[in-house]
Amino acid sequence: MAVASPSRSTFGGFRSSLGGALTNPTFWRGIVALIGFALFWELCSRSKQMFGVQVPWIGMVPPPSDVLGAWAKVVTEPGYWQSWYLSLNRVLAGFIAAQIVGIPFGLALAVNRYFRDIFFPPFEILRPIPPLAWVPASLIFWPTNEMSIAFVTFLGAFFTVVINVLGGARTINVQYLRAAQSMGASQWDLFWKIILPGTMPSIFTGAAVGMGITWEVVVAAEMISGGGTRKGGGLGFFIWNSYMGGSLEQIVVGMISIGIAGYLCSSAIRYLGFAAMPWRRLF
Amino acid sequence: MTVMSKNPAAAPAVQSGGKGAISIRNVTKIYDPGGVNVVAVDNCSLEIAPGEICMIVGPSGCGKTTLLNAIAGFHSITSGTIHLDGELLCGPDKPKAEQGADRIVVFQNGALFPWKTIRDNVAYGPIVQGRLSPVEARGKADHMLAEAGLHDVGDKYPGEVSSGMARRAEIVRALINDPRVLLLDEPYRAMDALTKSIMHEALLEMYDRTKVTIFFITHDLEESIFLGDRVVVMTTRPAQVKKIVDVRIPRPRNYKVLSSNEFRVLFAEAKDAVHEEAIKAFEAGERELA
Repeated sequence: MAVASPSRSTFGGFRSSLGGALTNPTFWRGIVALIGFALFWELCSRSKQMFGVQVPWIGMVPPPSDVLGAWAKVVTEPGYWQSWYLSLNRVLAGFIAAQIVGIPFGLALAVNRYFRDIFFPPFEILRPIPPLAWVPASLIFWPTNEMSIAFVTFLGAFFTVVINVLGGARTINVQYLRAAQSMGASQWDLFWKIILPGTMPSIFTGAAVGMGITWEVVVAAEMISGGGTRKGGGLGFFIWNSYMGGSLEQIVVGMISIGIAGYLCSSAIRYLGFAAMPWRRLF
Repeated sequence: MTVMSKNPAAAPAVQSGGKGAISIRNVTKIYDPGGVNVVAVDNCSLEIAPGEICMIVGPSGCGKTTLLNAIAGFHSITSGTIHLDGELLCGPDKPKAEQGADRIVVFQNGALFPWKTIRDNVAYGPIVQGRLSPVEARGKADHMLAEAGLHDVGDKYPGEVSSGMARRAEIVRALINDPRVLLLDEPYRAMDALTKSIMHEALLEMYDRTKVTIFFITHDLEESIFLGDRVVVMTTRPAQVKKIVDVRIPRPRNYKVLSSNEFRVLFAEAKDAVHEEAIKAFEAGERELA
Protein backbone atom coordinates (compact mmCIF):
# COMPACT_ATOMS: atom_id res chain seq x y z
CA MET A 1 0.00 0.00 0.00
CA ALA A 2 1.07 3.58 -0.47
CA VAL A 3 3.00 5.13 2.33
CA ALA A 4 2.27 8.65 3.47
CA SER A 5 3.31 11.10 0.85
CA PRO A 6 5.40 14.08 1.90
CA SER A 7 4.39 17.51 0.69
CA ARG A 8 4.84 17.77 -3.05
CA SER A 9 5.69 21.47 -2.98
CA THR A 10 9.30 21.87 -2.01
CA PHE A 11 9.05 25.41 -0.78
CA GLY A 12 5.73 24.70 0.85
CA GLY A 13 7.50 21.89 2.61
CA PHE A 14 10.33 24.25 3.55
CA ARG A 15 7.89 26.80 5.04
CA SER A 16 6.00 24.18 6.94
CA SER A 17 9.28 22.73 8.20
CA LEU A 18 10.26 26.15 9.55
CA GLY A 19 6.84 26.58 11.10
CA GLY A 20 6.93 23.08 12.48
CA ALA A 21 10.35 23.58 14.07
CA LEU A 22 8.86 25.33 17.08
CA THR A 23 6.73 22.32 17.89
CA ASN A 24 9.42 19.82 17.02
CA PRO A 25 11.08 18.16 20.06
CA THR A 26 14.31 17.70 18.08
CA PHE A 27 14.56 21.47 17.62
CA TRP A 28 14.11 22.09 21.35
CA ARG A 29 16.57 19.35 22.28
CA GLY A 30 19.11 21.16 20.07
CA ILE A 31 18.40 24.47 21.83
CA VAL A 32 18.74 22.87 25.27
CA ALA A 33 22.01 21.21 24.19
CA LEU A 34 23.43 24.56 23.05
CA ILE A 35 22.42 26.28 26.28
CA GLY A 36 23.83 23.38 28.30
CA PHE A 37 27.09 23.57 26.39
CA ALA A 38 27.35 27.34 26.96
CA LEU A 39 26.67 26.90 30.69
CA PHE A 40 29.29 24.17 30.97
CA TRP A 41 31.79 26.35 29.12
CA GLU A 42 30.97 29.36 31.35
CA LEU A 43 31.47 27.32 34.54
CA CYS A 44 34.74 25.79 33.33
CA SER A 45 36.10 29.12 32.14
CA ARG A 46 35.26 30.73 35.48
CA SER A 47 36.33 27.69 37.53
CA LYS A 48 39.33 29.40 39.09
CA GLN A 49 37.31 32.49 39.97
CA MET A 50 34.34 30.49 41.32
CA PHE A 51 35.91 27.35 42.80
CA GLY A 52 39.57 28.30 43.14
CA VAL A 53 40.66 25.48 40.80
CA GLN A 54 41.21 25.98 37.10
CA VAL A 55 39.82 23.28 34.80
CA PRO A 56 42.63 22.30 32.40
CA TRP A 57 42.49 23.64 28.83
CA ILE A 58 38.96 25.02 28.80
CA GLY A 59 39.72 27.07 31.93
CA MET A 60 42.02 29.19 29.77
CA VAL A 61 39.32 29.98 27.21
CA PRO A 62 37.36 33.19 27.76
CA PRO A 63 33.83 32.49 29.03
CA PRO A 64 30.90 32.84 26.63
CA SER A 65 29.62 35.89 28.51
CA ASP A 66 32.89 37.72 27.74
CA VAL A 67 32.81 36.46 24.17
CA LEU A 68 29.27 37.77 23.79
CA GLY A 69 30.43 41.12 25.18
CA ALA A 70 33.26 41.27 22.64
CA TRP A 71 30.84 40.22 19.93
CA ALA A 72 28.41 42.99 20.84
CA LYS A 73 31.25 45.44 20.28
CA VAL A 74 32.47 44.08 16.95
CA VAL A 75 29.04 43.74 15.36
CA THR A 76 28.82 47.53 15.30
CA GLU A 77 32.10 47.74 13.40
CA PRO A 78 31.84 47.64 9.58
CA GLY A 79 35.19 45.81 9.41
CA TYR A 80 33.68 42.74 11.07
CA TRP A 81 30.92 42.52 8.51
CA GLN A 82 33.42 43.26 5.75
CA SER A 83 35.33 40.16 6.95
CA TRP A 84 32.16 38.08 6.67
CA TYR A 85 31.48 39.45 3.23
CA LEU A 86 35.00 38.83 1.95
CA SER A 87 35.28 35.29 3.28
CA LEU A 88 31.82 34.40 2.05
CA ASN A 89 32.64 35.86 -1.34
CA ARG A 90 35.83 33.84 -1.60
CA VAL A 91 34.15 30.66 -0.41
CA LEU A 92 31.30 31.03 -2.88
CA ALA A 93 33.61 31.92 -5.76
CA GLY A 94 35.84 28.90 -5.12
CA PHE A 95 32.90 26.63 -4.39
CA ILE A 96 30.86 27.60 -7.45
CA ALA A 97 33.91 27.38 -9.71
CA ALA A 98 34.63 23.92 -8.30
CA GLN A 99 31.05 22.82 -9.09
CA ILE A 100 31.12 24.31 -12.60
CA VAL A 101 34.40 22.60 -13.47
CA GLY A 102 34.18 19.56 -11.21
CA ILE A 103 30.71 18.22 -12.06
CA PRO A 104 31.22 18.03 -15.86
CA PHE A 105 34.78 16.77 -15.33
CA GLY A 106 33.59 14.03 -12.96
CA LEU A 107 30.76 13.04 -15.32
CA ALA A 108 33.13 12.95 -18.28
CA LEU A 109 35.49 10.70 -16.31
CA ALA A 110 32.55 8.45 -15.51
CA VAL A 111 31.04 8.08 -18.96
CA ASN A 112 34.03 8.20 -21.29
CA ARG A 113 36.67 5.54 -20.97
CA TYR A 114 39.25 7.38 -23.10
CA PHE A 115 38.77 10.61 -21.14
CA ARG A 116 39.21 8.62 -17.93
CA ASP A 117 42.34 6.86 -19.21
CA ILE A 118 43.93 10.21 -20.05
CA PHE A 119 42.86 12.46 -17.20
CA PHE A 120 42.37 10.20 -14.21
CA PRO A 121 46.07 9.37 -13.58
CA PRO A 122 47.22 13.02 -13.30
CA PHE A 123 44.09 13.81 -11.29
CA GLU A 124 44.91 11.03 -8.85
CA ILE A 125 48.48 12.30 -8.43
CA LEU A 126 47.32 15.86 -7.77
CA ARG A 127 44.44 14.86 -5.48
CA PRO A 128 46.42 13.87 -2.36
CA ILE A 129 48.24 17.23 -2.30
CA PRO A 130 46.60 19.21 0.53
CA PRO A 131 45.05 22.46 -0.72
CA LEU A 132 47.21 24.46 1.67
CA ALA A 133 50.35 23.02 0.10
CA TRP A 134 49.29 24.89 -3.02
CA VAL A 135 49.38 28.28 -1.23
CA PRO A 136 53.04 29.20 -1.82
CA ALA A 137 52.94 28.14 -5.47
CA SER A 138 49.65 29.99 -5.95
CA LEU A 139 51.06 33.17 -4.42
CA ILE A 140 53.89 33.01 -6.96
CA PHE A 141 51.79 31.89 -9.89
CA TRP A 142 48.77 34.19 -9.62
CA PRO A 143 49.22 37.96 -10.01
CA THR A 144 47.17 38.91 -6.92
CA ASN A 145 46.68 37.47 -3.46
CA GLU A 146 42.94 37.50 -4.06
CA MET A 147 43.31 35.21 -7.06
CA SER A 148 45.66 32.96 -5.11
CA ILE A 149 43.11 32.55 -2.33
CA ALA A 150 40.32 31.92 -4.84
CA PHE A 151 42.42 29.28 -6.61
CA VAL A 152 43.32 27.44 -3.40
CA THR A 153 39.69 27.60 -2.27
CA PHE A 154 38.63 26.18 -5.63
CA LEU A 155 41.09 23.30 -5.26
CA GLY A 156 39.76 22.57 -1.78
CA ALA A 157 36.35 21.71 -3.18
CA PHE A 158 37.31 20.55 -6.68
CA PHE A 159 38.86 17.18 -5.86
CA THR A 160 36.05 16.22 -3.47
CA VAL A 161 33.41 17.24 -6.02
CA VAL A 162 35.03 15.22 -8.81
CA ILE A 163 35.52 12.10 -6.71
CA ASN A 164 31.91 12.17 -5.52
CA VAL A 165 30.48 12.77 -8.99
CA LEU A 166 32.68 10.06 -10.48
CA GLY A 167 31.76 7.58 -7.75
CA GLY A 168 28.06 8.44 -8.01
CA ALA A 169 27.90 8.15 -11.78
CA ARG A 170 29.88 4.90 -11.84
CA THR A 171 27.64 3.24 -9.26
CA ILE A 172 24.30 4.01 -10.88
CA ASN A 173 22.26 0.83 -10.85
CA VAL A 174 23.05 -0.80 -14.20
CA GLN A 175 19.41 -1.91 -14.41
CA TYR A 176 18.32 1.73 -14.78
CA LEU A 177 20.63 2.06 -17.75
CA ARG A 178 19.47 -1.23 -19.25
CA ALA A 179 15.81 -0.38 -18.71
CA ALA A 180 16.27 3.02 -20.37
CA GLN A 181 18.20 1.55 -23.28
CA SER A 182 15.67 -1.19 -23.84
CA MET A 183 12.94 1.47 -23.97
CA GLY A 184 14.84 3.22 -26.76
CA ALA A 185 16.81 5.90 -24.92
CA SER A 186 19.53 7.56 -26.99
CA GLN A 187 22.95 8.32 -25.52
CA TRP A 188 21.75 11.89 -25.01
CA ASP A 189 18.65 10.74 -23.11
CA LEU A 190 20.74 8.31 -21.14
CA PHE A 191 23.06 11.07 -20.00
CA TRP A 192 20.49 13.77 -19.21
CA LYS A 193 17.63 11.64 -17.93
CA ILE A 194 19.39 8.73 -16.24
CA ILE A 195 23.04 9.40 -15.45
CA LEU A 196 22.65 13.03 -14.35
CA PRO A 197 19.64 12.58 -12.04
CA GLY A 198 21.11 9.28 -10.83
CA THR A 199 24.30 11.12 -9.87
CA MET A 200 22.45 14.00 -8.20
CA PRO A 201 22.66 12.60 -4.65
CA SER A 202 26.43 12.23 -5.02
CA ILE A 203 26.67 15.74 -6.48
CA PHE A 204 25.03 17.14 -3.35
CA THR A 205 27.11 14.96 -1.05
CA GLY A 206 30.21 16.28 -2.82
CA ALA A 207 28.88 19.83 -2.51
CA ALA A 208 28.24 19.47 1.22
CA VAL A 209 31.69 18.01 1.92
CA GLY A 210 33.32 20.46 -0.51
CA MET A 211 31.68 23.40 1.22
CA GLY A 212 33.20 22.36 4.56
CA ILE A 213 36.65 22.02 3.01
CA THR A 214 36.28 25.37 1.26
CA TRP A 215 35.76 27.11 4.61
CA GLU A 216 38.75 25.32 6.13
CA VAL A 217 40.90 26.34 3.20
CA VAL A 218 39.78 29.95 2.87
CA VAL A 219 40.43 30.73 6.52
CA ALA A 220 43.89 29.21 6.44
CA ALA A 221 44.69 30.86 3.10
CA GLU A 222 43.63 34.24 4.48
CA MET A 223 45.90 33.79 7.47
CA ILE A 224 48.87 32.66 5.38
CA SER A 225 48.50 35.24 2.65
CA GLY A 226 48.08 38.05 5.13
CA GLY A 227 44.42 38.62 4.47
CA GLY A 228 44.27 38.90 0.75
CA THR A 229 44.46 42.33 -0.77
CA ARG A 230 43.86 45.93 0.05
CA LYS A 231 40.16 45.06 0.04
CA GLY A 232 40.52 43.54 3.49
CA GLY A 233 41.11 40.39 5.42
CA GLY A 234 38.14 38.09 5.78
CA LEU A 235 37.31 36.05 8.86
CA GLY A 236 40.61 34.16 8.77
CA PHE A 237 42.53 37.38 8.90
CA PHE A 238 40.09 38.71 11.53
CA ILE A 239 41.16 35.83 13.81
CA TRP A 240 44.81 36.32 12.97
CA ASN A 241 44.54 40.04 13.68
CA SER A 242 42.80 39.32 16.99
CA TYR A 243 45.63 36.97 17.90
CA MET A 244 48.23 39.59 17.04
CA GLY A 245 46.26 42.13 19.12
CA GLY A 246 46.05 39.67 22.01
CA SER A 247 42.25 39.61 22.15
CA LEU A 248 41.32 36.09 23.11
CA GLU A 249 37.59 36.94 23.16
CA GLN A 250 37.75 38.27 19.62
CA ILE A 251 39.54 35.12 18.45
CA VAL A 252 36.62 33.07 19.74
CA VAL A 253 34.17 35.52 18.12
CA GLY A 254 35.94 34.91 14.80
CA MET A 255 35.86 31.15 15.29
CA ILE A 256 32.16 31.05 16.14
CA SER A 257 31.45 33.37 13.20
CA ILE A 258 33.09 30.85 10.88
CA GLY A 259 31.05 28.08 12.48
CA ILE A 260 27.83 30.01 11.87
CA ALA A 261 28.83 30.93 8.32
CA GLY A 262 29.66 27.30 7.57
CA TYR A 263 26.36 26.17 9.07
CA LEU A 264 24.42 28.67 6.95
CA CYS A 265 26.22 27.52 3.80
CA SER A 266 25.56 23.85 4.61
CA SER A 267 21.89 24.65 5.25
CA ALA A 268 21.68 26.39 1.88
CA ILE A 269 23.06 23.25 0.21
CA ARG A 270 20.61 21.06 2.12
CA TYR A 271 17.65 23.10 0.91
CA LEU A 272 18.98 23.25 -2.62
CA GLY A 273 19.29 19.47 -2.49
CA PHE A 274 15.76 19.26 -1.17
CA ALA A 275 14.51 21.36 -4.08
CA ALA A 276 16.53 19.52 -6.72
CA MET A 277 15.73 16.01 -5.47
CA PRO A 278 12.12 15.88 -4.31
CA TRP A 279 12.27 12.08 -4.45
CA ARG A 280 14.75 12.04 -1.61
CA ARG A 281 14.15 13.19 1.91
CA LEU A 282 17.66 12.64 3.14
CA PHE A 283 18.82 15.76 4.88
CA MET B 1 16.83 -35.40 -20.07
CA THR B 2 15.16 -33.65 -22.99
CA VAL B 3 17.87 -31.74 -24.79
CA MET B 4 15.74 -29.60 -27.00
CA SER B 5 18.27 -29.40 -29.77
CA LYS B 6 17.10 -32.85 -30.74
CA ASN B 7 13.47 -31.85 -30.73
CA PRO B 8 13.48 -28.11 -30.50
CA ALA B 9 10.15 -26.75 -31.62
CA ALA B 10 7.36 -28.12 -29.53
CA ALA B 11 5.94 -24.65 -29.17
CA PRO B 12 2.32 -24.96 -28.20
CA ALA B 13 -0.40 -23.36 -30.27
CA VAL B 14 -1.20 -20.76 -27.67
CA GLN B 15 -3.43 -17.71 -27.81
CA SER B 16 -1.73 -16.39 -30.86
CA GLY B 17 -1.76 -12.63 -31.25
CA GLY B 18 0.58 -13.27 -34.15
CA LYS B 19 3.65 -11.66 -32.67
CA GLY B 20 6.26 -12.50 -30.11
CA ALA B 21 7.45 -15.94 -31.29
CA ILE B 22 10.88 -16.63 -29.86
CA SER B 23 13.06 -19.28 -31.38
CA ILE B 24 16.17 -20.24 -29.45
CA ARG B 25 18.28 -22.70 -31.40
CA ASN B 26 21.42 -24.45 -30.18
CA VAL B 27 22.47 -21.45 -28.09
CA THR B 28 25.70 -21.74 -26.16
CA LYS B 29 27.16 -19.06 -23.95
CA ILE B 30 30.66 -19.36 -22.55
CA TYR B 31 31.90 -16.74 -20.11
CA ASP B 32 35.60 -16.22 -19.76
CA PRO B 33 36.30 -14.68 -16.38
CA GLY B 34 40.08 -14.45 -16.02
CA GLY B 35 40.72 -17.00 -18.74
CA VAL B 36 38.62 -19.71 -17.06
CA ASN B 37 35.90 -20.81 -19.44
CA VAL B 38 32.53 -21.15 -17.77
CA VAL B 39 29.82 -22.69 -19.90
CA ALA B 40 26.61 -21.01 -18.75
CA VAL B 41 24.30 -22.26 -21.50
CA ASP B 42 25.07 -25.34 -23.55
CA ASN B 43 23.43 -26.03 -26.88
CA CYS B 44 20.04 -24.97 -25.63
CA SER B 45 17.00 -24.85 -27.87
CA LEU B 46 13.49 -23.72 -27.13
CA GLU B 47 10.56 -22.49 -29.17
CA ILE B 48 8.10 -20.09 -27.60
CA ALA B 49 4.81 -19.42 -29.35
CA PRO B 50 3.32 -15.96 -29.82
CA GLY B 51 1.27 -15.00 -26.80
CA GLU B 52 2.66 -17.80 -24.67
CA ILE B 53 3.54 -17.40 -21.01
CA CYS B 54 6.67 -19.48 -20.83
CA MET B 55 7.92 -20.06 -17.31
CA ILE B 56 11.59 -20.90 -16.89
CA VAL B 57 12.60 -22.66 -13.67
CA GLY B 58 15.89 -24.17 -12.60
CA PRO B 59 18.57 -24.07 -9.95
CA SER B 60 20.22 -20.78 -9.04
CA GLY B 61 23.06 -19.87 -11.37
CA CYS B 62 22.00 -22.39 -14.01
CA GLY B 63 21.99 -19.86 -16.83
CA LYS B 64 18.34 -18.78 -16.97
CA THR B 65 19.17 -15.09 -16.71
CA THR B 66 21.98 -15.50 -19.24
CA LEU B 67 19.37 -16.65 -21.73
CA LEU B 68 17.12 -13.72 -20.87
CA ASN B 69 20.02 -11.30 -21.20
CA ALA B 70 20.81 -12.70 -24.63
CA ILE B 71 17.21 -12.18 -25.81
CA ALA B 72 17.17 -8.66 -24.35
CA GLY B 73 20.48 -7.77 -25.99
CA PHE B 74 22.38 -7.23 -22.75
CA HIS B 75 24.84 -10.08 -23.40
CA SER B 76 26.26 -11.79 -26.46
CA ILE B 77 25.99 -15.51 -27.20
CA THR B 78 28.89 -17.74 -28.17
CA SER B 79 27.05 -19.83 -30.76
CA GLY B 80 23.57 -20.67 -31.96
CA THR B 81 20.78 -18.30 -33.00
CA ILE B 82 17.85 -16.48 -31.43
CA HIS B 83 15.01 -15.28 -33.65
CA LEU B 84 12.03 -13.13 -32.80
CA ASP B 85 9.10 -13.56 -35.19
CA GLY B 86 11.51 -14.97 -37.74
CA GLU B 87 13.89 -12.01 -37.54
CA LEU B 88 17.39 -12.82 -36.39
CA LEU B 89 18.16 -11.21 -33.03
CA CYS B 90 21.59 -12.75 -32.60
CA GLY B 91 23.60 -15.43 -34.32
CA PRO B 92 27.04 -16.27 -35.64
CA ASP B 93 27.57 -12.94 -37.42
CA LYS B 94 25.87 -10.85 -34.78
CA PRO B 95 26.56 -12.35 -31.35
CA LYS B 96 24.75 -9.61 -29.44
CA ALA B 97 21.17 -8.61 -30.16
CA GLU B 98 20.34 -4.93 -30.42
CA GLN B 99 18.33 -3.69 -27.48
CA GLY B 100 14.87 -2.61 -28.44
CA ALA B 101 11.50 -1.61 -27.07
CA ASP B 102 10.01 -4.79 -28.59
CA ARG B 103 11.63 -6.79 -25.76
CA ILE B 104 11.28 -5.12 -22.38
CA VAL B 105 12.79 -6.53 -19.22
CA VAL B 106 11.25 -6.28 -15.76
CA PHE B 107 14.07 -6.84 -13.31
CA GLN B 108 14.29 -8.79 -10.09
CA ASN B 109 14.92 -5.78 -7.87
CA GLY B 110 12.80 -3.31 -9.76
CA ALA B 111 14.18 -0.64 -12.02
CA LEU B 112 11.67 2.19 -11.88
CA PHE B 113 13.69 5.40 -12.01
CA PRO B 114 13.50 6.75 -8.45
CA TRP B 115 13.79 10.37 -9.65
CA LYS B 116 10.71 10.21 -11.85
CA THR B 117 7.11 9.99 -10.72
CA ILE B 118 5.28 6.77 -11.52
CA ARG B 119 3.46 8.57 -14.36
CA ASP B 120 6.72 9.86 -15.86
CA ASN B 121 8.30 6.44 -15.48
CA VAL B 122 5.48 4.87 -17.46
CA ALA B 123 5.51 7.65 -20.06
CA TYR B 124 9.29 7.44 -20.49
CA GLY B 125 9.43 4.91 -23.35
CA PRO B 126 6.98 6.56 -25.78
CA ILE B 127 8.60 9.96 -25.10
CA VAL B 128 12.20 8.90 -25.74
CA GLN B 129 11.12 6.90 -28.78
CA GLY B 130 9.36 10.02 -30.08
CA ARG B 131 6.15 8.03 -30.59
CA LEU B 132 4.04 10.32 -28.44
CA SER B 133 4.33 13.88 -27.19
CA PRO B 134 4.99 14.19 -23.45
CA VAL B 135 1.37 15.25 -22.87
CA GLU B 136 -0.03 12.33 -24.87
CA ALA B 137 2.38 9.88 -23.25
CA ARG B 138 1.43 11.03 -19.74
CA GLY B 139 -2.26 10.77 -20.63
CA LYS B 140 -1.78 7.24 -21.92
CA ALA B 141 0.28 6.40 -18.83
CA ASP B 142 -2.56 7.56 -16.56
CA HIS B 143 -5.04 5.52 -18.57
CA MET B 144 -2.93 2.35 -18.43
CA LEU B 145 -2.14 2.81 -14.75
CA ALA B 146 -5.85 3.12 -14.02
CA GLU B 147 -6.53 -0.04 -16.06
CA ALA B 148 -3.99 -1.84 -13.91
CA GLY B 149 -5.75 -0.68 -10.76
CA LEU B 150 -3.17 2.02 -10.00
CA HIS B 151 -5.50 4.99 -9.91
CA ASP B 152 -3.88 7.49 -7.60
CA VAL B 153 -0.19 6.79 -7.78
CA GLY B 154 0.77 8.73 -10.92
CA ASP B 155 2.10 11.69 -8.95
CA LYS B 156 4.03 9.60 -6.48
CA TYR B 157 7.68 8.64 -6.66
CA PRO B 158 8.57 4.93 -6.65
CA GLY B 159 9.95 5.26 -3.12
CA GLU B 160 6.53 6.38 -1.93
CA VAL B 161 4.57 3.31 -3.01
CA SER B 162 4.62 -0.32 -1.90
CA SER B 163 6.84 -2.81 -3.70
CA GLY B 164 3.76 -4.50 -5.14
CA MET B 165 2.49 -1.25 -6.66
CA ALA B 166 5.95 -0.41 -7.95
CA ARG B 167 6.24 -3.79 -9.62
CA ARG B 168 2.83 -3.47 -11.23
CA ALA B 169 3.73 0.03 -12.44
CA GLU B 170 6.93 -1.38 -13.89
CA ILE B 171 4.98 -3.92 -15.90
CA VAL B 172 2.70 -1.12 -17.11
CA ARG B 173 5.84 0.83 -18.07
CA ALA B 174 6.88 -2.15 -20.16
CA LEU B 175 3.45 -2.69 -21.74
CA ILE B 176 3.00 0.94 -22.81
CA ASN B 177 5.75 0.29 -25.36
CA ASP B 178 3.58 -2.39 -26.93
CA PRO B 179 6.41 -4.93 -26.77
CA ARG B 180 6.39 -8.21 -28.60
CA VAL B 181 7.92 -9.94 -25.58
CA LEU B 182 7.98 -9.23 -21.87
CA LEU B 183 11.07 -10.62 -20.18
CA LEU B 184 10.44 -11.01 -16.45
CA ASP B 185 13.39 -11.94 -14.25
CA GLU B 186 11.97 -13.17 -10.95
CA PRO B 187 9.92 -10.02 -10.53
CA TYR B 188 8.08 -11.20 -7.44
CA ARG B 189 10.97 -12.90 -5.69
CA ALA B 190 11.13 -10.79 -2.56
CA MET B 191 7.37 -10.58 -1.98
CA ASP B 192 5.32 -12.27 0.67
CA ALA B 193 2.82 -14.91 -0.43
CA LEU B 194 -0.22 -12.65 -0.06
CA THR B 195 1.22 -9.81 -2.14
CA LYS B 196 2.46 -12.35 -4.65
CA SER B 197 -1.02 -13.78 -5.17
CA ILE B 198 -2.37 -10.26 -5.84
CA MET B 199 0.49 -9.61 -8.23
CA HIS B 200 -0.21 -12.85 -10.09
CA GLU B 201 -3.84 -11.94 -10.64
CA ALA B 202 -2.86 -8.43 -11.73
CA LEU B 203 -0.34 -9.85 -14.21
CA LEU B 204 -2.90 -12.27 -15.62
CA GLU B 205 -5.40 -9.43 -16.00
CA MET B 206 -2.81 -7.42 -17.94
CA TYR B 207 -1.93 -10.48 -19.97
CA ASP B 208 -5.56 -11.14 -20.84
CA ARG B 209 -5.78 -7.60 -22.23
CA THR B 210 -2.53 -7.66 -24.20
CA LYS B 211 -1.76 -11.30 -24.93
CA VAL B 212 1.91 -10.40 -25.02
CA THR B 213 4.46 -13.22 -25.06
CA ILE B 214 6.00 -13.57 -21.60
CA PHE B 215 9.37 -15.15 -20.82
CA PHE B 216 9.21 -15.46 -17.05
CA ILE B 217 12.10 -16.67 -14.87
CA THR B 218 11.18 -17.90 -11.42
CA HIS B 219 12.14 -20.25 -8.61
CA ASP B 220 8.58 -20.59 -7.44
CA LEU B 221 6.97 -23.73 -8.88
CA GLU B 222 3.48 -22.85 -7.74
CA GLU B 223 3.82 -19.47 -9.46
CA SER B 224 5.15 -21.10 -12.61
CA ILE B 225 2.21 -23.49 -12.96
CA PHE B 226 -0.41 -20.94 -11.96
CA LEU B 227 0.78 -18.39 -14.52
CA GLY B 228 2.34 -20.41 -17.32
CA ASP B 229 1.25 -22.16 -20.47
CA ARG B 230 4.40 -24.21 -20.18
CA VAL B 231 6.96 -24.68 -17.45
CA VAL B 232 10.45 -25.20 -18.80
CA VAL B 233 12.70 -26.88 -16.25
CA MET B 234 16.37 -26.13 -16.88
CA THR B 235 19.29 -28.30 -15.85
CA THR B 236 21.96 -27.15 -13.48
CA ARG B 237 24.72 -25.18 -15.22
CA PRO B 238 25.31 -25.35 -18.13
CA ALA B 239 21.68 -24.69 -18.91
CA GLN B 240 19.80 -27.06 -21.14
CA VAL B 241 16.11 -27.84 -21.23
CA LYS B 242 15.51 -30.80 -18.94
CA LYS B 243 11.76 -31.09 -19.07
CA ILE B 244 8.77 -29.18 -20.35
CA VAL B 245 5.54 -29.37 -18.41
CA ASP B 246 2.48 -28.40 -20.43
CA VAL B 247 -0.03 -26.60 -18.28
CA ARG B 248 -3.41 -27.22 -19.82
CA ILE B 249 -5.42 -25.48 -17.13
CA PRO B 250 -7.89 -23.24 -18.96
CA ARG B 251 -7.77 -19.45 -18.72
CA PRO B 252 -8.85 -17.21 -17.17
CA ARG B 253 -7.42 -18.78 -14.05
CA ASN B 254 -8.03 -17.86 -10.47
CA TYR B 255 -6.65 -19.08 -7.19
CA LYS B 256 -9.11 -21.96 -6.95
CA VAL B 257 -6.99 -23.88 -9.46
CA LEU B 258 -4.26 -24.15 -6.84
CA SER B 259 -6.29 -26.72 -4.96
CA SER B 260 -7.33 -28.68 -8.05
CA ASN B 261 -6.14 -32.20 -8.67
CA GLU B 262 -4.76 -31.21 -12.07
CA PHE B 263 -2.61 -28.55 -10.46
CA ARG B 264 -1.24 -30.98 -7.90
CA VAL B 265 -0.30 -33.50 -10.60
CA LEU B 266 1.52 -30.84 -12.65
CA PHE B 267 3.22 -29.52 -9.53
CA ALA B 268 4.50 -32.98 -8.61
CA GLU B 269 5.73 -33.54 -12.15
CA ALA B 270 7.68 -30.29 -12.22
CA LYS B 271 8.86 -30.71 -8.64
CA ASP B 272 10.51 -34.07 -9.42
CA ALA B 273 12.48 -32.55 -12.29
CA VAL B 274 13.50 -29.48 -10.33
CA HIS B 275 14.44 -31.47 -7.26
CA GLU B 276 16.74 -33.72 -9.25
CA GLU B 277 18.54 -30.68 -10.65
CA ALA B 278 18.66 -28.98 -7.26
CA ILE B 279 20.51 -31.98 -5.85
CA LYS B 280 22.97 -31.89 -8.74
CA ALA B 281 23.50 -28.16 -8.26
CA PHE B 282 24.06 -28.66 -4.53
CA GLU B 283 26.58 -31.45 -5.10
CA ALA B 284 28.34 -29.42 -7.79
CA GLY B 285 28.56 -26.52 -5.34
CA GLU B 286 30.06 -28.79 -2.69
CA ARG B 287 32.63 -30.07 -5.19
CA GLU B 288 33.59 -26.50 -6.06
CA LEU B 289 34.05 -25.69 -2.39
CA ALA B 290 35.99 -28.88 -1.64
